[in-house]
Amino acid sequence: MGIFNKLSGWLLSIFGKRHVKIGIYGPPNAGKTTLANRIAMDWTGEIVGETSEIPHETRTIQKKDRVVIKDGKSSLTIDLVDTPGIATKIDYHDFMEYGIPEEEAKKRAKEATEGVLEAIKWLDNLDGVILLMDSTKNPFTQVNITILGNLEARELPFIIVANKIDLNGSTPATLKSAFPQHEVVPLSALNGINMDLFYEAMLKNFGKKRK
Amino acid sequence: MEVKVNFISQEKLNGFSVEEKLEFILKEVEKGQILVLERGLTPEEQTKLIEMTMREVNEKFTGIEMESYMAEKQNFWQKLFGKSRARMTIVGPADKLKTIYKDKDVIEAVIMGRK
Repeated sequence: MGIFNKLSGWLLSIFGKRHVKIGIYGPPNAGKTTLANRIAMDWTGEIVGETSEIPHETRTIQKKDRVVIKDGKSSLTIDLVDTPGIATKIDYHDFMEYGIPEEEAKKRAKEATEGVLEAIKWLDNLDGVILLMDSTKNPFTQVNITILGNLEARELPFIIVANKIDLNGSTPATLKSAFPQHEVVPLSALNGINMDLFYEAMLKNFGKKRK
Repeated sequence: MEVKVNFISQEKLNGFSVEEKLEFILKEVEKGQILVLERGLTPEEQTKLIEMTMREVNEKFTGIEMESYMAEKQNFWQKLFGKSRARMTIVGPADKLKTIYKDKDVIEAVIMGRK
């Protein structure tokens, strides 16, 4: 390690300020865009993208650059990357169940497959990941396990978020016990519950310089 | 109603490169086969398989259902020299194979055959 790196590491440890690119990942409908909007609204007063109950509403990468998160002692500048939901199957009939006409449903399905590819590609460009899971659902889905395995293999810093704790049937404790070796933050992106804990975890996990 | 499941040995897949292995799996699944892989896929292989699947999805082929147990805990030497790998992987066409329950050690799935 050069003297410059040592010095910058020492300064970072004092001032805790860094600029990082953070992706929000998870299965469709886990609340990724809702969380991205919550973070962006809290710190910039603007939203990142539209949300909807229809899966794969986000089909391309959406970004909000230079979001500055602060607490009393330190701050972190993040380029926030909201990614399309990762899935192993996409059936246009599923969109039709939401009243979307057949042709539009087929177009959405095609865009959703491209969104999955784009989300996976973006993993190469990130400094850290927020892995969002729906705390009302079984955490052991293949998508969760595949993303988690990739993050571990890449040694990317990440936080697991157990979203939707405002809903009946939410069991964040199940999610915590499923991944005991990782930090899990239970929150409601929709209602803003536990966002202070989440920002604390972000500063702690993404504010450090990677080895 | 008959349902065919192919159990693929570690030896068979060891003879393939990663690309060949994933192409083999996807081709079989597109033909409607359900595969149980004795040696599971690594997270990187699973991701690559998802990418390859997304390129193939169309109105008839809606994708895959894939389930693996999480990787075994690795000891120091395995961490140093090996990749984390699922203990077993089951993969099939999404319209035939459906997972109904899963936890750390149990995968419960139903296979829908033709009537």
